[in-house]
Amino acid sequence: MTTLVVPRRPDGRARLWRLAATIMLAIVAIITMVSLGASSAEAATPSPTGTAAAVCASDATTGCLQGTIKLPSGDPAVGIKLGIKGGDLDTTVATGSDGKWSQAITVAGPYTITVDTTSIPDGAVLDSAAKNPATVNGALNKNTGYVFKIVGGTTASDGTTTQTPDDATTGITFDRFAQQFVSGIRLGLLLALAAVGLSLIFGTTGLSNFAHGEQVTLGGLLAYLFANVLGLNLILAAIISVVICAATGFFQDAWIWKPLRRRGIGTTQLMIVTIGLSIALQYTFQYFLGASTVRIDQANPVTVDLGPVTLSAQSLISMGIAVVIIAAVGWVLVKTRIGRATRAVSDNPSLAAASGIDVDRIIRIVWTSATALAGLSGVLLGLVLNGVNWQTGLQLLLLMFAAITLGGLGTAFGALAGAMIIGLVVELTNLVLPGDFKYATALIILILVLLVRPQGIFGRRERIG
Amino acid sequence: MDQLLQTLYAILNSAISPQTAALAIAAIGLNIHFGYTGLLNFGQAGFMLIGAYGFAISIIAGLPIILAIIIALVAALIFALILGIPTLKLRGDYLAIVTLSAAEIVRMVGRSSLLTNLTGGSNGITGNEYRSPFTDLSFFGNGSLDIGPFKYDLTGSNGWWFIATAWFVVGLLCLFAWAIMRSPWGRVLRGIREDEDAVRSLGKNVYSYKMQALILGGVIGAIAGIVYILPASLQADSMGRSMTYFIFTALLLGGAATVFGPVLGAIVFFAIRLFVQGIANQFIPSAIMNGQQTEQFAWIVIGVMLMLVVIFRPQGILGNKKELSFDVK
Repeated sequence: MTTLVVPRRPDGRARLWRLAATIMLAIVAIITMVSLGASSAEAATPSPTGTAAAVCASDATTGCLQGTIKLPSGDPAVGIKLGIKGGDLDTTVATGSDGKWSQAITVAGPYTITVDTTSIPDGAVLDSAAKNPATVNGALNKNTGYVFKIVGGTTASDGTTTQTPDDATTGITFDRFAQQFVSGIRLGLLLALAAVGLSLIFGTTGLSNFAHGEQVTLGGLLAYLFANVLGLNLILAAIISVVICAATGFFQDAWIWKPLRRRGIGTTQLMIVTIGLSIALQYTFQYFLGASTVRIDQANPVTVDLGPVTLSAQSLISMGIAVVIIAAVGWVLVKTRIGRATRAVSDNPSLAAASGIDVDRIIRIVWTSATALAGLSGVLLGLVLNGVNWQTGLQLLLLMFAAITLGGLGTAFGALAGAMIIGLVVELTNLVLPGDFKYATALIILILVLLVRPQGIFGRRERIG
Repeated sequence: MDQLLQTLYAILNSAISPQTAALAIAAIGLNIHFGYTGLLNFGQAGFMLIGAYGFAISIIAGLPIILAIIIALVAALIFALILGIPTLKLRGDYLAIVTLSAAEIVRMVGRSSLLTNLTGGSNGITGNEYRSPFTDLSFFGNGSLDIGPFKYDLTGSNGWWFIATAWFVVGLLCLFAWAIMRSPWGRVLRGIREDEDAVRSLGKNVYSYKMQALILGGVIGAIAGIVYILPASLQADSMGRSMTYFIFTALLLGGAATVFGPVLGAIVFFAIRLFVQGIANQFIPSAIMNGQQTEQFAWIVIGVMLMLVVIFRPQGILGNKKELSFDVK
């Protein structure tokens, strides 16, 4: 592996403490920044998810039983009645307008939850595989979740239920193929935006950045903050978010990664540092938003029909933006001096430095643009999926790694190709397997590719050993 | 003062809880991978999950407890083989990415609605369904026992029987790790960590040694999975990526490549979290930070702590900096 060999400075000790202080400062700064936004969020919008059932907050003497029930269509199931028995409780709760139910408990122990099947709307029945009544172990100071699955079906007058076979997830028709194919391209493009940066960071510094997913989430959440909470114009909000994301990359490199490189800390150690950063950022997001999903654009999505394919207008625009930006990145890498220098550093940092390239400057540019691209990906993803939460980027991180490994670690164009393949695989899996498996297939393909061609599509043999 | 005492009691109770023991066991396994051999296994939670499913499903199928444990361990062995064959000849990052992915695959398949009958889907399997054969083994009798701040049933779930067996297993595995790492076999592993090519030039089959280490640590991970679910319930999502990260944090805190590092790390990991949460609960008014937020704040501190430990004291509390060069190739 190629690593940068930079002599350690004599004033290392002082630098260390400055570094420790800056890390803490950065975290505090992020917390305060988001906290300003979050507190005004609560004040400005009456709660984006609508009126929820009385929300239970667990503490040392209270625990929560909770869950969300959805209709087969994916909409929240409103007014489902659940009987809860156990401890000192024998009560009935109903799901709110967001499909959520929760019950505070003051005694730990087993609770029996029974769904009142008559409260399920017509055309839907409780999944026959679901346990009803179900037993859960409630604990204090903890949220205990339980999911009841509702599927399409009918209830006869004697109470027996018939489940409608799930056509939508089994039949392969051309229309469904076309729809999933386009969704795959969409996911691939957004994945590519985020993965190119990850790949370039790996190429130039040898670092696998496990906090890159959080950069994606940050983009989406900032866009929510500016567009929704502060009420800015969507495009302006997106631009500001991307600029802030770029700044996080710039300062991360200036304050954390460059000093660490100077200390000569190995890439494995740095990788674990990024894991720590990733944990800290994830919980920082949760600190302000909880587990809730927020929407960047509150308006109902407008859909556009293109032959057999239906897409939201936001998806189309996002795909357009992604194509333009990816093309621009490709052009910069191939045609400009900076792009050529970046690829040179990627290839061999020592040789690049010897030929007069300022390696540190290139790495700074790579970090800045990588986080900007990840932020943009987060904004677009938030618009396409119509929601962002604390783990939006986290779920994408493994797909990004799969994409850049598939394309060849450290190569920019490999990351693009890998991302398109992974995007298509993920969405096309839906044609034959239930949705639970869509990420799993992508990862299985990754492992299979490593068996036959470990260097990936664009990688070179000598880099893998 | 009262609250401080409460926090202290919570910390003491968490220090002896079977869940802490499970984290320690998983960290002992990871220590064989990462600390001694230098393998970057980011899928330790996957091994735990495999062990947990193997055990719980076998018990529910009516097999005796010994057989269920053997099935769990064999499942972890096969999982390690599948992971190791494609990746152990490649550079370290590949093993990291593949193990991370494989652990996620196990979790996704486990929580899939297709397998609800077997694995309970995303709701998992409640403890009562597989716990009784283990409770029946107890010779502690009924009733409860109070020792200072520790008040538990003798045999009931989360009682002394669970605590004693869990820490007995931790002790056995520490002894095992100590013995095996000072054997010639263990010295070869350390050699691989320091310089793979040198070991190869001595005529050792590095690939085979790495595979053995991966299997051994993975099987210990499966034991951790069983210990983890026995007093609780089996839920796929409780053994996801974060679990792997926490095992790493515990290992690095305590000190990689040491015998007691993983155990100390696991105890300190939970202690720090509870301490930060308790202090935040007491001294920060709830208008600024509510109950839920103090919990998240504690996790943020854990994340920052992991960064600082790795940067400033990569050998952890007990480790020896000279021995651990840390940079995996």
